[in-house]
Amino acid sequence: MTASQMPLLSAQDLARTYSIRRGMAGRVTNVRAVDGVTLTIARGETLGLVGESGCGKSTTARLVLGIERPDEGQVRFDGAPMPGSGSPGWAALRKRMQLVFQDPLSALDRRLPVGLQIREPLEIHRMGTPAEQNARVAEVMEEVGLQPHHADRHPHALSGGQRQRAVIARALVTQPDLLVCDEPISALDVSIQAQVMNLLVELQERLGMGMLFVSHDLRAVRQISHRVAVMYLGRIVEEGAPDEILHAPAHPYSQALVSAIPHPGKTARRIVLQGDPPNPADRPPGCAFHPRCPVTAMRCRTETPLLKPRPSDGRRVACHVAQGEVAPGHVGQLELS
Amino acid sequence: MAFVQIRDMSVAFGSAPALRGISLSVERGEALGLVGESGCGKSITWLAALGLLPRSAKVGGSVLLDGVELIGASPSVLEPVRGGRIAMIFQDPASSLNPVHRIGHQIAEALALHRGLTGAPARAEVIRLLDQVGIPDAKTRANAYPHELSGGQNQRVMIAMALAGEPELLVADEPTTALDVTIQAQILDLLGTIRRDTGMGLVLISHDLGVVSETCSRIAVMYAGRIVEQAESAAIFANPSHPYTRGLLGAMPPISGPRQKLVSIPGSVPEASRMPQGCAFAPRCSEAIADCTRVDPAAVTVEANHLAACIRATPAKTGTRTPERVLA
Amino acid sequence: MLHYLGTRLLRATVSVVMVVTFVFIVLRMSGDPAVVIMGADAPPEAVDAFRTAWGLDQPIWVQYLSFFKAIFSGDLGQSMRDGRDAVAVVLERVPSTLALTVPAFLLNVGIGIPAGVYAALHRNTAIDRFVMVMAVTGFAMPSFILAMLLVLVFSVNLGWLPSAGQDSWLNAILPIVTMGFGGAALLARFTRSAMLEVLGQSYIRTASAKGLSWSAVVWRHALQNAAIPTVTIIGFMLGGLVAGAVVVESVFSWPGVGRLLVVSVSNRDLAVVQAIVLMIALTMVAANFVVDILYGLLDPKMQSQTRAARA
Repeated sequence: MTASQMPLLSAQDLARTYSIRRGMAGRVTNVRAVDGVTLTIARGETLGLVGESGCGKSTTARLVLGIERPDEGQVRFDGAPMPGSGSPGWAALRKRMQLVFQDPLSALDRRLPVGLQIREPLEIHRMGTPAEQNARVAEVMEEVGLQPHHADRHPHALSGGQRQRAVIARALVTQPDLLVCDEPISALDVSIQAQVMNLLVELQERLGMGMLFVSHDLRAVRQISHRVAVMYLGRIVEEGAPDEILHAPAHPYSQALVSAIPHPGKTARRIVLQGDPPNPADRPPGCAFHPRCPVTAMRCRTETPLLKPRPSDGRRVACHVAQGEVAPGHVGQLELS
Repeated sequence: MAFVQIRDMSVAFGSAPALRGISLSVERGEALGLVGESGCGKSITWLAALGLLPRSAKVGGSVLLDGVELIGASPSVLEPVRGGRIAMIFQDPASSLNPVHRIGHQIAEALALHRGLTGAPARAEVIRLLDQVGIPDAKTRANAYPHELSGGQNQRVMIAMALAGEPELLVADEPTTALDVTIQAQILDLLGTIRRDTGMGLVLISHDLGVVSETCSRIAVMYAGRIVEQAESAAIFANPSHPYTRGLLGAMPPISGPRQKLVSIPGSVPEASRMPQGCAFAPRCSEAIADCTRVDPAAVTVEANHLAACIRATPAKTGTRTPERVLA
Repeated sequence: MLHYLGTRLLRATVSVVMVVTFVFIVLRMSGDPAVVIMGADAPPEAVDAFRTAWGLDQPIWVQYLSFFKAIFSGDLGQSMRDGRDAVAVVLERVPSTLALTVPAFLLNVGIGIPAGVYAALHRNTAIDRFVMVMAVTGFAMPSFILAMLLVLVFSVNLGWLPSAGQDSWLNAILPIVTMGFGGAALLARFTRSAMLEVLGQSYIRTASAKGLSWSAVVWRHALQNAAIPTVTIIGFMLGGLVAGAVVVESVFSWPGVGRLLVVSVSNRDLAVVQAIVLMIALTMVAANFVVDILYGLLDPKMQSQTRAARA
C-alpha cells in the first residue's frame, strides 16, 4: 500500500439527509442515511465497505463519487475539493472516477451492442481519435477477459459473468483513478462471483487504481480489500485490516456479522442479534446499535460513541464497551446457538 | 423405506429439459441440503414433486411419499400432502404472502385445511404459532398485513404458516437469500430450533454451500438438471469427488489463511435448450477427458453413502457401480 | 379510513375546480360568445347590449368569479332555444340516458369480468382465443359502426327490433348492446391480463403449496388482487358512460343527454352545452372518487399509507 502519499480520495464527516413524504398529505420524515462518515482511499488501495441494507453504504458511494452532494462534510479527490455537480470540472472528473453497479443487465442498454457501450465514455470525454478509441476498446475488453467478437453482441446475448465484465470494461475504458463497485457480485451466480472477484483483484494490482468495494458479504470483502470499514445506520462503527476484523472483531455489531458468516465445518457459536435491521427513519438515540447490542450499557443509550483508535491496540472502533470506557452491560440479550 | 423417494424424475418445458433424471431420497426427520446455481433445477425438483408447476411442464419419473405416488396424482391426493405433510417456504417472503390478507388470516387458512381448526381455537393457535417463530406481540401482529412487517418477520410468518399443518418435511427454497446477514442467522437459527422441538425433516435449497453445510447433515449438489454429487456434509467438504463441487468450494472466498486467487469455474451454466453432449459440465471442467463429451456419467459410489456422477471419480473398493443410491 | 376519505374528497374537489376553470377558459377561447350568438352581421349596439346582459363586459376575473357563483347556485343560464333553465333542460333528459347507460354498464361488468377471468384461467385454449378475438373486435370497432351493423341485421334484415325512437323498451335493446359490447371487450382484455399477472405471483404458489384447492386459490387469493387494477378501468368506463352515450343516442335517435348535446352544439345553445359538459366532467370526477374509495377497501397498502402519514 502507498499510505505515505496524499490519499487519492478523502471524505470528511459526510452527512446526507433525505426527506421522505408519505402519501399526499403525509408528514415529512427526515432520514439521515449517512451521518458523519470519514474515509480515505489511497492509490492502489481497496477499501471494503460492509453493512446491511439501509446502513447507508450505497449513499456513501454516491457521495464519494460526487453524484450526490453531501449536506455536510467534504469530499476531496486528488487533493482538490469536489467541484459542484454539473460544473465543467465535475464533468471532467467523471472520467477519473467510475462506478460498477450491482445488476449488469440493468446497467447496460439492451438495444446497443456492448462494444459501443464500452466505447461511449471515450466519446463523451472526447478521448482520442476514432482509431485510438477502437484500439482502447479492444485493449480494455481483453483486459477484462472478453473476446473481440463479444463487442458486437447485445447484453442479452451474453452470460451474466460476461455482462459484468462488459460493465467493468466500460468503467475502465477511461483509465480511471478510482473505481467504486456497489455490490458488484451479489446478483451473480457463485461460480461467476469468483471470476469477477479474481478479475477485480487482478485489474487493481495491474492498473493501480483506488477502489471502493461496497458489499454485504464479509467473505468477498476480505478477498478483495486492503482495509475494511463496517457501517451501521449511517456511521462507520469499525475500521481495520480485513483479517483483524474477521478474526478479532472489536465492535459487537462486527462480532455478530462475523459470526453470521456461514462456513463449512464451523464450530464457533453464532451470535444471533435480536430484532430487525434498524430503520434509518427511526434512529435510536445514543449508540444506534444499542437496542440490538448484547453488551449495551447505560451510557450507550445516551451518548453516541465516536470512531477512534482503541487504547489497547489502536483499532479504530466506535463503541464505549470496546474502548473500555464502560463495563459490558447485561448479557441477557445475547443468545448463543 | 425413505420418507420421500424421488426416482429418475425429469421435467421439461417445451423441448428444454429442466431436470434430466434425478434420484434422491429424504429420510424422516433428516436435514438435506440441495445446492447449485440458478437454473440447476433445485427448486423445480420440489415444485414438480408437489405438482406445483404450470400445466405446460412435462414431468416424468416417480416421487413416492411413504410409498404413495405423487407424480400425476389427483388433487385429492396432492392437496392434503401440500402443507399437511410437506410444506414449502420460498425465497422472497414479502412477495410470497398475499398482500391483501392479514397474516393471521393466511395462517388460519392452513389451520382450517389441515387441522380443521376454525374460530377461537384457530385464532389461539395462530397466536401460538407466531409466538413460536419469534414474532413479538403476536396478538396484535396477527392483524397486520405483510407490507407492515419487515422481510425477516415475513419469513417468520411463512414459517409459522408452514408449521400450521404440522408437516413431516419442510422444503425451504433459498429462505434467507433475500435477507440481510444478521437476519439470515436468525432464520437459520429458528429452523434449527423448530427441528429440535418437532423432529420435522428439512430440505434446504440454497446456492450457498456455507449455509447448507451448517444446517444439513447430507448434501446433494446439482448441476444443469442433474445431481452430480451427494454425500454426508463432512464428506462433501473433506473429499469432494465431482469437479463441479470442487469448483464451488474453490469459488468461496476463505475467511482465514493467505489471500490468493480463487479457483473459479470458467464459462457459465449451459442453457437448457443447448445442453452439451455427454457430461453437461465437461465444457467448463478443467479435468475433462475425451470420453466426457461422449458419455453422460452415472453416479459412482466413491465411499459409503457418497455418490459422484463423474467418469473420473474413483469407485469405492467394492467397485460396484450403482446407478443410484437406493435406500431400503 | 375517515382520513383516507377526507384526502380523496379534497382531491375530488380540486378536480372539480380545475374542470370548471377549464370549461370557463375554453368557452372564452372558442370565440366571443356575443358575436357567435348574435351573428357576425349583428349591429354593434345589439352585440354590446348582449355583452352587458351576460356580464361579458366585466373584467375577466369578475366573470370567472361570477361563473363559479352561478355554477354553485345551480344557475347555468337559459337555453337560448326556448328560454328555459339550462339545467332543467338537461335534467329532464337524464332518465333517458340512465335507461341506456346503467344496463350497458351492468353488461360491461357482467360479461367483461367473467370472460376475462375465464380466459386467464384457461390460457391458450380455444375459449381463451375466442374471448380475445371478440375483445379485440369489440375494442377496435367504433361504436357507430357496430350500431349500424346491429341495425342492419336486427332491424332491416330480421325486423325483430326497432332502429330508432323511444316507443317501447324494445327500442333500448340495440343501443344498450352497442354500448355494452365495447366496454365488455375492453374490460375482458384488461381483466385477463390483470388476472394473468396475479396468477404468476409468488403468493399464488404459496397458496397452492399450502394445500388449497385451485378454485380456493382463485377465489380467495387471486380475484381480490386482480380487482385492484381492474377497478381503475371500471372507473374510467363509469366516467365515460355519458360521453359514450353521445354517439349511440344520435345513431338511434334516443332522446337522452347525448343527443341533446349534439343538437345544442349545432344550435349554438351555449348554456346547455356548458351544462352538459360540466355534468360529464362531474360524473368523471365522481367516478374517480368512487374508484379511490374502492381502492382503499381493496388494497390495505392504501389505508396504512395514510395511517402512517397521520401518525
